[in-house]
Amino acid sequence: MIAPPPELQTPGAGDFAGHDLLEIAMGPHHPSTHGVFRMNVLLDGETVVKLTPVFGYLHRNHEKIAEKNSYLASIPYTDRLDYICSMTNNWAYVLSVEKLAGLAVPERAEYLRVIVGELTRLQNHACLAGFLLQDMGALGTPLMYAFREREKILDLFESLSGSRMMCNYMRFGGCRCDLPAGWLEQAVKVVAEFDSFLDHFEALLNENEILRARSQGVGVLPPGLAVNAGVTGPGLRASGVNYDIRKVDQYGIYNRFKFRVPLGQHGDVFDRYMMRILEMRESIGILGQALRDIPPGPILDPKFKLRNLRPKPGEAYGRIESPKGELGFYLISDGGPAPYRYRVRPPSLINLTVLEDMCLGHTIADVVIILGSIDIVLGEVDR
Amino acid sequence: MLGLGILKGLIETWRNFQGGYYDPARLTTVQYPEEKLPPQENARTIPFLVYDGADPLAGMRCTACSICAVECPAHCIVIVKDTVKKPDYLGKMQFHPKVFDIDMAVCMECGVCAEVCPFDSIKMDRVFELSSDNRSMVLQKLDLAKSNDYFRQIHPVEAAAVDAARAEEQRKAQAKKDASPVPTVP
Repeated sequence: MIAPPPELQTPGAGDFAGHDLLEIAMGPHHPSTHGVFRMNVLLDGETVVKLTPVFGYLHRNHEKIAEKNSYLASIPYTDRLDYICSMTNNWAYVLSVEKLAGLAVPERAEYLRVIVGELTRLQNHACLAGFLLQDMGALGTPLMYAFREREKILDLFESLSGSRMMCNYMRFGGCRCDLPAGWLEQAVKVVAEFDSFLDHFEALLNENEILRARSQGVGVLPPGLAVNAGVTGPGLRASGVNYDIRKVDQYGIYNRFKFRVPLGQHGDVFDRYMMRILEMRESIGILGQALRDIPPGPILDPKFKLRNLRPKPGEAYGRIESPKGELGFYLISDGGPAPYRYRVRPPSLINLTVLEDMCLGHTIADVVIILGSIDIVLGEVDR
Repeated sequence: MLGLGILKGLIETWRNFQGGYYDPARLTTVQYPEEKLPPQENARTIPFLVYDGADPLAGMRCTACSICAVECPAHCIVIVKDTVKKPDYLGKMQFHPKVFDIDMAVCMECGVCAEVCPFDSIKMDRVFELSSDNRSMVLQKLDLAKSNDYFRQIHPVEAAAVDAARAEEQRKAQAKKDASPVPTVP
């Protein structure tokens, strides 16, 4: 019999005298971990008393590769960070390069960025809601409904950028290509359909008693801890902290749009789920305004050379509200063709740091849905 | 009442289930190998080299400038310059590639090479069934070469713009040539 170490004998963790603890490695090939992610869980019966996240299985040297490649050649690599929302990854990177090099963006390109960014948010949140419900045991049905809608947005991305997921769409000082004929009408239609899809999706499960019993009061994240740990995005707002970089920083042209920031009260799994649903509603509002107001004009300065960009020595940090939280790129230039230092601030990784605090005292089955509600993508966690 | 929420959800499930029999909006599955979606105008998969005319070697637009090889994020392009120059479509003497290899196993299909090419030589294909029975996916110059007609066929809008720009350049070069005085032998 192994006596538990003294630091584990915390109040609420139970009295271990007389029985054993079981340590299991959950992952890296467990389907609920959304990728190659491992949690070393120490269990007292079913209750979690210690949880150590282990990551790095998908590490592929993103930052070092970007310090060797030119500024332009890093854009396709950023697609592969958070492979569900490549458009917002592009946006965060080009925003920081624009800050570094002092480039201006044409009006139409700004609108295009908002449109594709909010479409990305719609499809990411739809996916997350589907996957979370799947983790809770609603096998397949909500996920397939969400994927059916996501498919329409991916079709829009394909006709716009040529690729469904690895869009590689934004460029320093604008966007790569203009809208094909009929794209705007199609986008208006997709957004309208998404609104009615949300009505049905909410009717499907929001009031479901099993869902509520399963998720309310589980994995509570206190606002103080969330702020101290640097949690951002819907997870932070579910705890009731009003912090949305679209409002705080107003990057791009977000000051022109009217939208509200939904806030939760309890910070539990159900609130984090509802936060996604409410944010999708707000995104639909932003998309309606952007698709209505988009002006004609150039999308990229025709004289600007994408190749051989050599910004003046200096540093810049560009951040956006990606669907998962604050996504930032920190760049230092020494005047050369590649950044001297390139650092990603990934929302998935930093939101994951509070996993243990949320899981302690809950059962192993709750760990799965708590992890699902954080919304991680391992491509971004490990980079 | 306990259970009302579950019933509401089941009504949604029922709506989707029976809608699948008559509502085309619910029949989203494409039976892939038998049925294929129409390709998009700017769909991109792997790069290819455009040549004019009928002979891939004579009409290849590539001038072995290596810009694509330098800019390629994955560094999967290998170019070796030929030693002799040949006239291009404007009559200028240009180098041509002796070796032009792309390792398609490394290529991430981002389209940066096609974007930076100043000669409209490398473009993105839209073939997608690429499985083969050997492990090496290195495509060489002649595997990559595809005619301008093919390019017109897969990307009609882009090809029309490229053709117009090249015809304009050719016209300008011809006008310049006509205007310049012919050196006379004394």
